[in-house]
Amino acid sequence: MTEWEAVIGLEVHVQLATRSKIFSRAATTFGEYPNSNANAVDIALPGVLPVLNEEAVRMAIKFGLAIDAEIASSCRFDRKNYFYPDLPKGYQISQLDQPIVGRGTLPISFGDGSIREIGITRAHLEEDAGKSIHTAYDGLTGIDLNRAGTPLLEIVSEPELYSAAEAAAYFRELHGLVTTLEICDGNLNEGSMRCDANISIRPKGAVILGERTEIKNVNSFRFVERALNYEIDRQIAVLESGGKVVLETRLYDSERDETRSMRSKESSDDYRYFPDPDLLPVEIPDELIESVRVTMPELPTAKRNRYIHELGLTDYEAGRLIEDPLGARYFDAVAELSVDAKLAANWILGDVAAALNRDEISFVNVPIAPDQLGTLLNRIQDETITGKIAKSIFELLWTKGGSVDGIIESQGLRQLDNTRELEGVVSQIISDFPDQVGQFREGKEKILGFFVGQVMKATNGKANPKQVNEILRRELRA
Amino acid sequence: MDQQTIDKLLSLSRLSLLPDDREKLLRDLSSIVGLVDFMRSIDTEGVEPLAHPLEVTQRLRPDEPDTSFDQEHYQAIAPQIRDGLYLVPRVVE
Amino acid sequence: MNPYASVTQLRSGLDNGDFSADELAHFYLDRIDAAEDLNCFITVDAEGVLAAAKRADKAIADKRIGPLTGIPIAHKDIFCTRGLLTSCASRMLNNFVAPYDATVVDRLKRAGAITIGKTNMDEFAMGSSNETSFYGPVKNPWDRECVPGGSSGGSAAAVAAGLAAACTGSDTGGSIRQPASFCGVTGLKPTYGRVSRYGMIAFASSLDQGGPLARSASDAGTLLNAMEGYDPNDSTSAIADPTDIFSSSRALKIGIPSQYWNDLSPSLTKVLEEARRTLESLGHRAVPVELPHTNAATAVYYVIAGAEASTNLSRYDGIRYGHRAASPENLEDLYQFSRSEGFGSEVKRRILTGTYALSVGYYDAYYLKAQQIRRLIRQDFLDAFGEADVILTPVSPSTAFKREALIEDPISMYQQDIYTTPASLAGLPALSLPCGVSDQMPVGMQFIGPHFGESLLLTLGREYQSETDWHALHPADNHD
Repeated sequence: MTEWEAVIGLEVHVQLATRSKIFSRAATTFGEYPNSNANAVDIALPGVLPVLNEEAVRMAIKFGLAIDAEIASSCRFDRKNYFYPDLPKGYQISQLDQPIVGRGTLPISFGDGSIREIGITRAHLEEDAGKSIHTAYDGLTGIDLNRAGTPLLEIVSEPELYSAAEAAAYFRELHGLVTTLEICDGNLNEGSMRCDANISIRPKGAVILGERTEIKNVNSFRFVERALNYEIDRQIAVLESGGKVVLETRLYDSERDETRSMRSKESSDDYRYFPDPDLLPVEIPDELIESVRVTMPELPTAKRNRYIHELGLTDYEAGRLIEDPLGARYFDAVAELSVDAKLAANWILGDVAAALNRDEISFVNVPIAPDQLGTLLNRIQDETITGKIAKSIFELLWTKGGSVDGIIESQGLRQLDNTRELEGVVSQIISDFPDQVGQFREGKEKILGFFVGQVMKATNGKANPKQVNEILRRELRA
Repeated sequence: MDQQTIDKLLSLSRLSLLPDDREKLLRDLSSIVGLVDFMRSIDTEGVEPLAHPLEVTQRLRPDEPDTSFDQEHYQAIAPQIRDGLYLVPRVVE
Repeated sequence: MNPYASVTQLRSGLDNGDFSADELAHFYLDRIDAAEDLNCFITVDAEGVLAAAKRADKAIADKRIGPLTGIPIAHKDIFCTRGLLTSCASRMLNNFVAPYDATVVDRLKRAGAITIGKTNMDEFAMGSSNETSFYGPVKNPWDRECVPGGSSGGSAAAVAAGLAAACTGSDTGGSIRQPASFCGVTGLKPTYGRVSRYGMIAFASSLDQGGPLARSASDAGTLLNAMEGYDPNDSTSAIADPTDIFSSSRALKIGIPSQYWNDLSPSLTKVLEEARRTLESLGHRAVPVELPHTNAATAVYYVIAGAEASTNLSRYDGIRYGHRAASPENLEDLYQFSRSEGFGSEVKRRILTGTYALSVGYYDAYYLKAQQIRRLIRQDFLDAFGEADVILTPVSPSTAFKREALIEDPISMYQQDIYTTPASLAGLPALSLPCGVSDQMPVGMQFIGPHFGESLLLTLGREYQSETDWHALHPADNHD
C-alpha cells in the first residue's frame, strides 16, 4: 500500500489597492453601472497607449521587501497574446522574463507553533481583465470592462506545500501580509485575491514530481483546503487504479465540493510573449526602494514574535490578533496605554470581538476608542473597579459612549474597598444567614461563594472581591 | 511551411483566408524563411537586442484618477450593447 | 489665390486681410471637388472646416493669432479626430467615429489650424503605393496612371495638387518620405519620440512616427513645431527642446554611404549627384561614410514591424467598435468573421507573418535576431555621425510606378523601402525633399540626421530650397 504525499504550489493574484489603474487613469473603485469606469485605454480604442502607475510599482516593491526578495534593478513588461472578450486589446500586459520581484520567502506558522519558510519564486505586475456576465441575456454574454486594467501582483510560490492544510495556511498568511502592508484590501468576496493551485501526487520520499493539475478559482481559505483535499483523493484514486493523472485545468465546484475538468480554452494557445513596445524598461533605483522601505509597517512575523516574547501572549492569542490588521492595530494602541497586555488581549479577543460580531461591524467603526478601553483596563488593574463593574461600563461605552472615569464618578461605581465599610456589610450578612454560617462552620467550604454573592448584591457589585473573601473567612471562623 | 502551419497561424490570429490569399501567404512565409537565413548570416554574438531606438526608461505616472472621460460616446459607437454591457455570443466555459 | 502658397504666405495673407479664412477654406474645398478623381480624401468635412474658418476669422480680427490660425490642413486618416470618421482606410473601421482627438490633432488645433478632411492611405498604413485602401487607390497628380506612394499617399498627393496648405502623415518604414518623393513634396519623419503617438492608430509601435507633409522645408518646420512635444499619455514620448526651425546654416559634412548609392539606377544617380553638387556649392563638403548593415534593414524591418503590428491589430474584433460580422453563431465566428471581413488581404498577410515571427520556436531566430541586428544598424549610424553631420541618400529606388505594377510582387514592393527603413529602425529623423525630375516624374532625396537633429535637416532643406526650384514645381506645370 503506497504512502502518498502531495506537492502543492500556489499562484495568487492580488489586486493592488491603487487609486487608478495600472496603465490607465481610470479609477479603481467600481462604478455600479457596467463600463462606467472603463476609459479609452481600458476599452482599447484605436490609438490609445499605456502609461505605468507609480503606486503599483511601489506596492510591488513593498511586497518584495516584506518577503526579503530581490527587487529587480530593471524590469520589463511583455505582451501575453490571446483572444477573449474580457481582454480588449487581445493581449494582456504582464511580465515574463524580467519580473519586478525575484525569489523570497514567507514564513508560515502552523497550529502546533512550528514555523516553516515557504519559498516564493517571483512576483510580477500585470493588468486584470474585465468580467463576463453569462446569465444576463439569452444566448449572449455581457462584457463589463470596469475591472479591466486594475493592477494585479501575481505571486508564485515554490511547490513547497505538502498538504491542503498547509496550502490554506499559506494563503491565509499571504492574505494577512498584503493587508498589513495595505497593498490590498483583502476582500475575498469581491475577488481582491484569487488563488490557483498546482497540485501533484508522488510516493512519499520520491524526488521526482508527479503530473500536476491546475485548480482554478479557489477564492477562500476554506475552499482552498477543501478543493485540494478532494483533488488529492482523486489523484490517489486515479493512480491506485493504475491510471495516469492528466495535465489539465480543473475548476472547483464549491456546491458539490469537487473539482471538474474545464473545457480548456487556451491550452493549445501559443501566447507569443514579446516585450511590449509601447512601454519602456522600468528602472528601479535604490532611492526608490529605500523610499518604500521607510513606509514598511511592522510585519506579521515580527508582530507575532513581539506579542509572544515581549508581551507574553500565547501562540493562539498572537495568531488571532494578527489575522485582522485593524484589530492588531487596535490592540497595539490599547496595549500601549494599558499596563497589562494580556488583559488587553483577553478583552479584545473576548468582549470586543463578541460585541463587534453581535452588531455586525468591524474594527473600522468600533465605537470604543483604544484609549478608553486602555483606561478601563487600567481601572481594573489598579482596583478602582471590579471586573464585573468593568463589563457594565464596557456596555455603556459601547452603546452610549462617554468616558470611563466620567461614568465611574457619575454612577458611583468605585470599588468598595474601605475595610471598615466592608466589615460592616459582612457582619450584616453573617447575622442575616445563620443557617449558612452553620454549614460553613461544619466544613462546607463552597458556601463561601454564597456569602460573596450576597455581599456583592448588597454592595451592587462594587465590593472588592479579594477583600470580601479575606474578611468573610476571618469573620466566619470567628 | 505547410498547410498545417497556415491553419495554426489562422487560428492564433482568428482569421480566415480565401484560397488565393492562402497561396500568397505561403509565398510570403517562404520568403520570411529566406529572410531568417539571411539574418543568420550576420554575426550578432554578444549583441544586446534593441527594443527601442532610443535607450530611455519608463516614466512613472502619479497615482491620480481621472474620471473626466466620455463614456456615453464610447458606448454610442458599440456595435451591440445593452444596459451598458458589450454583448457577444454566449461564452461556454 | 495661389493653391501652392506656403504656410508663411498664407499666414501673412490672412493677417493682412488679403483674404479671409472662410475664403481660403472655400478655395480648397472647391479644388478638392474638382480633383475628386485623385481620391486623396476619405472624408471632406466642409461643414466643420467652414465653421472653424469663421471662428478663425474672428480670432484674427481680435488679433489672437497662432502660427497656424485659419490655415486649412488635412489629417491622414490614421489620426483619431473627434466626431469625424477615422477609418485607417479599412473596412474594419469604416464606421468608427473617433470619440477623442489624437494629441497631434489637438496640438494643431491649438495652434489654430483648421481641418479640411481626412486623407486616404494604405490600409492600416501597410503599403508603399496607397493601393490597399478600402476606399480605392489614390492617383498621383503628376501622372494619374501612377501611384502616389504610400502609406501616406493621400496626404502627399493632396499637398502636391494644392488641395490643402499642408497635411499630416505617419512614417513607419518610409510612409511619409517615399510618397513625398513620388509626389514632389517635402516630408519629415521626426526622431522617434519627438511627436506623440497617442491617438495615431498603431502599426508598429517602436517605429511609428507622425510628421508633416508640406510644400517646403520651412512649412514642414512650422507644422513640426505645432505637432511636437512631450505627451504624458505616450510612454515613448521624449522630453526634448522644441525644434529650432529658424537656426542659421553652417558648413556641414554630408555623409555619402556607398551602400545606398551602389545599386541606384543611372537616371536617379544622375539626379542625386546633381543635388549633391548643389549642396557642395553651398559650402558643404561630401564625405564618404559606411553603413555596413544597410542591406539587412529590410529583413529586420519586415520581422519587427510585422510582429508588432500583428498584436497591435488584435483589438479589432467588432465587440466594442468597428466592423462586426452580421450573425455569428458563436464567439469563434464573431472573431473570425469580423476580422476576416474587416481586414484586406495585405493586412491579413502581415498579421499572419508577424504572428509566425513570434511563435513558439521561432521567436529567437526571428524577433530576437532582428532586434540584435537593429542595434547594429543603429550603431552604424552613430559611428557615421562621428564622421558626418548629415547623411544624404536617395529615398526610393524608382520614381512613382504605374498602379498595379508591383501589387502582385510583394518582394519588389518591400524593396521600395530599402532606403527608408534603416533610419526608422535607428529612430533617426529624416527629411525627404524634391531634388529633380526623371522621366517627368519627381525625384526626392533624403537627409538623415542624428537623434533630435531635425533643426539641422530643416535648415539644410531651407537652404537647398532657396537655391533651387524643384519644390516649387507642380503637377499642373508638367501637364501637356
